[in-house]
Amino acid sequence: MTTTSVPIQPAVQVNGVSRVFPGRKGVSVTALDAVNLTVAPGEFVSLIGPSGCGKSTLLRLIADLDTPTSGDIEVFGKTARQARIDQDYGIAFQQAGLLPWRTVTGNIELPLELHGAGKSARRERAAELIELVGLTDFAAHYPDQLSGGMQQRVAIARSLAESPSLLLMDEPFGALDEMTRERMQNELVRICAETGAAVVFVTHSIPEAVFLSNRVVVMSPRPGRILDVLGVNLGRMSDRGENLREDEEFFHSVSRVRELLHGTTPTGARGVETR
Amino acid sequence: MSTGTGTRAVLAAPAPARDGAARTGWARTVLPPVLLGVVAILLWQGLVTVLAIKPFILPGPFAIGDQFVANLQNVLNGSLVTGRNALIGLVIGAVLGVLLAILSALARIFDEMAAPIVAAIAVVPIVALAPVLYTMFGANAETARQLVAALAVFVPVYFNTLKGLRMVRPVHRDLMRSYAASSWQATRAVTLPTAVPFVFTGLRIASSLAVISALIAEYFGGPVGGLGKSITSAASSSNYGLAWAYVLGSILLGLLFYCAALGLEKLVSLRRPTP
Repeated sequence: MTTTSVPIQPAVQVNGVSRVFPGRKGVSVTALDAVNLTVAPGEFVSLIGPSGCGKSTLLRLIADLDTPTSGDIEVFGKTARQARIDQDYGIAFQQAGLLPWRTVTGNIELPLELHGAGKSARRERAAELIELVGLTDFAAHYPDQLSGGMQQRVAIARSLAESPSLLLMDEPFGALDEMTRERMQNELVRICAETGAAVVFVTHSIPEAVFLSNRVVVMSPRPGRILDVLGVNLGRMSDRGENLREDEEFFHSVSRVRELLHGTTPTGARGVETR
Repeated sequence: MSTGTGTRAVLAAPAPARDGAARTGWARTVLPPVLLGVVAILLWQGLVTVLAIKPFILPGPFAIGDQFVANLQNVLNGSLVTGRNALIGLVIGAVLGVLLAILSALARIFDEMAAPIVAAIAVVPIVALAPVLYTMFGANAETARQLVAALAVFVPVYFNTLKGLRMVRPVHRDLMRSYAASSWQATRAVTLPTAVPFVFTGLRIASSLAVISALIAEYFGGPVGGLGKSITSAASSSNYGLAWAYVLGSILLGLLFYCAALGLEKLVSLRRPTP
């Protein structure tokens, strides 16, 4: 496991976390088995693996939407629960999950409204975020008037509303077509460079993981384990652009992740049957 | 229960600039039933005239129309009395139904306590309670009729609201948890708005039930003046045309209630702006 030797507090610290779901007829499912992971502040980490490898479960545990069976999770040195209560993270799901009866502005204002921000401050912040995700002309639209990609951009703007230092994203581009997806990835890279937030990003797309991340965490299923963590040397977030997709190092990293997923490395005997 | 239409109406995307299509669509949806109605009335009148059917068996539609026009004021007065009872019952039943459904949705225990009682209310022929209620509240008061209507309204409103309150999408529930929203905040921001279309579907079903119950309750006693009493007294004095005119009045009253509720449902489900 790569441990950052920097003295600063990690954004996320996962220590020996397991999650066992009690199944029917006493057959329990081990979604995660003794997982360790550290995410540094400002770092972009992708979790990748075949379905059922527990990557979404791990994200939900970090978000305190679920509790681990054993082990513990720290977010900025606090318990995951305290971090949730303190609103230390913003989250985006695979479904945009917008409220259909609120406009784009209303949806982005929702977290601010719940946490007691004033009306004018809310309006201002929402306008700022709408500009950041390039939806200025659609501020007064309702979600069902927007395309899937636009809805997902609203969801990302909403997750950024309270300027969190940690972003948790569960396959946010999973339901989008390839072209929209790549455009959204470019935007996400730009947004991350601008906000400097740490990101834990769940995906099942290898190029997506490589393009976005500083490190790619490759996971295997049944039980969910971390196979390997791969550093991606593609430079700083702010320098990453469309032409990076043609880069030699990009292809190299993609094939390394693919090899890991297919289990051709000595550590990866597990999980062969799924890919 | 046709709760499905409620959801569909909410999810339906707006269709801009289909004015022309709407006009031909209107002609297509309105013209055939009107035509069929005219044909049916002519056929009815023809049968009554040709076969010389006695008016106490079946008066012709023209005779009924004559009586209706001649006694318009009486029919209107009757409609006002019955309509007022139905409306008061509708409001009481709807308010109780919504409030108790919210309680049931919030507290599992309350739901378990209320379920058998509500089921019992749903099964009891509510109108049969009328004679008992007349002795409780006195034969000169309209209270018994309003209560009968309220009870009839309560059941569909309660069940539809409860169903709506349980339709919150998992992604919205996760989102509220990630915001560390209190249960009241989550109820206000997500649960109630989700349930609103269902409440109005319940109201639409309840609206005609309110009129029917208020009217039938008149058959079992209480003060004179309503449509139900007028129908029985006209029929017992062999004034069959007049009895049918009152029946026509009650059909129109029921339609008025139904259309008002339907219009309200459509209005609400079109799109609700942020409060």
